[in-house]
Amino acid sequence: MKKMGDMLLRQEPFSEIVMGNTAIVRAMVEAGTRVVTSYPGSPTPEIAAAVASIPKDARPFYFEFSTNEKVATEVAYGAALNGHLSTVFFKSVGLNVAADTFVQLSLMNIIGGMVVVLGDDPGANSSQNEQDNRHYAYLSYTPVLEPANPQEVYRFYLEAADLSRKLCMPIILRLTTHVCHAKEKVAFQGWTPQPADDTPRFDVANGPYIPITRLVFPMKARALENLEKVAAWAEKSRLNQVFDHGNRKRGVITMGPPCLSLLDVMRDVEEKPDILKLGVVYPVPRESVVRFLREHQEVKVLEELDNELEKEVKAIAYDLGLTTRVTGKMDADDWMGEYTPDKVRQVMAKTWPDLVPAPVAPPVAVEAVPDRPPQMCPGCGHRSAFHAIRQALAGTDITVADIGCHTLGFLPPYHMGQLLMCMGASTGMGSGLSLFNKTRKVVTFMGDSTFFHAGLPGIINAIFNRHNITMIVMENGTTAMTGHQDHAASGRNFNEVTDKIPIRRILEGLGISHISEVDTYQQEQLGKLVQEAVAVEGFSVVIARHPCMLKFTREQRRRPDFTLRQVEIDQETCERLHVCVSEFGCPTFTLGKDGSVKVNTDLCIGDGSCLQACPTAAIGKPKIVNKAG
Amino acid sequence: MKSYNVYMSGVGGQGIGMFSEALVRAADHAGYTVKAVDTHGLAQRGGIVVSQVRIGETVHTPLVSRRSADLVIALERHEAQRALIEMTATGGVLVFYDTVWQPLDVRLGKAPEVETAQVEALCRQLGVECARVFSPDLPDTRMQNIAVLACICRRNLIEKVSADHFRQAMTDLMAGGMLENNLALFDRELQRN
Repeated sequence: MKKMGDMLLRQEPFSEIVMGNTAIVRAMVEAGTRVVTSYPGSPTPEIAAAVASIPKDARPFYFEFSTNEKVATEVAYGAALNGHLSTVFFKSVGLNVAADTFVQLSLMNIIGGMVVVLGDDPGANSSQNEQDNRHYAYLSYTPVLEPANPQEVYRFYLEAADLSRKLCMPIILRLTTHVCHAKEKVAFQGWTPQPADDTPRFDVANGPYIPITRLVFPMKARALENLEKVAAWAEKSRLNQVFDHGNRKRGVITMGPPCLSLLDVMRDVEEKPDILKLGVVYPVPRESVVRFLREHQEVKVLEELDNELEKEVKAIAYDLGLTTRVTGKMDADDWMGEYTPDKVRQVMAKTWPDLVPAPVAPPVAVEAVPDRPPQMCPGCGHRSAFHAIRQALAGTDITVADIGCHTLGFLPPYHMGQLLMCMGASTGMGSGLSLFNKTRKVVTFMGDSTFFHAGLPGIINAIFNRHNITMIVMENGTTAMTGHQDHAASGRNFNEVTDKIPIRRILEGLGISHISEVDTYQQEQLGKLVQEAVAVEGFSVVIARHPCMLKFTREQRRRPDFTLRQVEIDQETCERLHVCVSEFGCPTFTLGKDGSVKVNTDLCIGDGSCLQACPTAAIGKPKIVNKAG
Repeated sequence: MKSYNVYMSGVGGQGIGMFSEALVRAADHAGYTVKAVDTHGLAQRGGIVVSQVRIGETVHTPLVSRRSADLVIALERHEAQRALIEMTATGGVLVFYDTVWQPLDVRLGKAPEVETAQVEALCRQLGVECARVFSPDLPDTRMQNIAVLACICRRNLIEKVSADHFRQAMTDLMAGGMLENNLALFDRELQRN
């Protein structure tokens, strides 16, 4: 078996099949990165999984999951002021959380260098929007490099690290979902471990590091000067690439994965347009663009999400009075979704119908296959919680979700959590919904990792301003949705065992008098506690606790003495009331054509949380089944 | 081989990731240039998990276009039907493991379950070769993907990718008892008719 951790530290050059999120870790090792921080969020958590594959003592850099993206950015920044090359990575919307700190970085003389790795998510595969984080680059004068595949992820990180260190400024490496998760054989250079210099080199003389009025302007001037330097470097950088097909009529300016889609779409086209693929997407290399514009009569700007590049190219053409016809976005559809080969074919067919025929995929005349939305796992404690809470509340009450696995409670059959915004927003939104509201109880949900991430300000506000809501903390002991990363109440951080920070004691310390807690499998008790809590005037809390059963089951299955248990339905006792399938809703229960209910033996983990749901007690206690673990 | 597109689909928890990694590595051992991409994140919670693999020198993106998959692999019957409709190229092949993890609407009685005969009929209608895999005596349901892998190998669906390449790939990815069990099952399933 090939071990990822060994591979990442190999000293001789090698090639290996890896995903973008693994390739970047090898680049961190080679670049001499000393500090890496993050908060988990798709599409980036596998970067941490690759880091974890290197044993802690052999790891050439320090890594932590911080409590949120802002803190992670601050830790990486602080380390870089001591002279250590640092990196912070997080998902697209994580930058909104980090923004207050992030927008200041370019003003600072970051002596160690700092790479900000963003995992943008065109197509909103696992995010609440598909925001284009290039806007933040413009806002903060921070350069952006954008790779298209794992080989480029590796190469571009090395360039970003080098540039950042030379200019003592932050550089964004913008990845997107299918760059993070793409897999291919990547050629890596050799690596010679260097002795680490731990000297804390922070010195106010390297500053100023205090952005107050008098100093903001020289600091901003420095940021703008740096941007000019990067623009000059970008003109010569081999990260930008021209695919010269000898076409003097038509050209396409593009970048990242849309370029790969374009190359595939154009594979069988005879008069292929020339392509300028930008690797440095901000600042846009002006001279390269001018050359390309002068060489072509028509230029298409092909970019995913928003039209930053289009605006730049059009402005350049206008400034120079060029007659090249520049086409960018043509309708709202062009602003949306991932630029897959299918999408790029559509976009190009609209632009140059004679070159690329519109996609023809006649619909198949067949009954549609039922959708398969993601759902809570078998045994999930949230299921027991929602099943009980729904019965405890009135149909008109308002339930507010937060980010995490429990968000899935909005789906049938639970319909729990009727609105969602972003990390930690439930308490604030719930507080607003409670104003003037004497008739509908407001209940908000929050996961435990979110509690520490961004939950506390909203909670403190609700106490401080005496809002009348009930918060249910959905505590499963981990950051489940993103792959079971530890958080402040887990009792472990990324590197070692730590003291748990108990949520209940924090809440007590804030002065909340009505706090109850229960294991969610005690469904009846949970329902009772929720009814008591919503009856309280003011801010009340129920901690609804059960360990993440996906994590728990995986750990159990690794034990040599593991025996699988599953429930069985007594078909004689079953009255086909279907509470288990249509109200409790564990995916283990399968509905037969004749109305009978069976247990899917691929899925049942024998947790038995369903037993209480059956009004006729037809679900038998979990029994050992004859299957290997 | 100009290019060969593989689209794999299943339900979160069925082991599509490992399956895809084995296929990618087997094709690599056979000397091909391979690009791939998997679904990660939220969908893994009981949603649809997809992996796309493209083989060939002239391939740039790992993403497979609609109706251009030469080989569609599904680890579940509803996902077989869905992928068949959306992804399979005319003249392509569908290999599916015939188990059912009912989608939400089927469990709620709002939609009918897809039947095996429907999948087979649609294959005929679309001009797609259909290979149904079902092994009632697997030691562990999580080994269904190995039975499918063996079927692909046995039917020689990816030119020049041999049983030894698949074995090498599995050896790259697993160790100890897990590797032994999976290799043994792979070899057993290769003998199936």
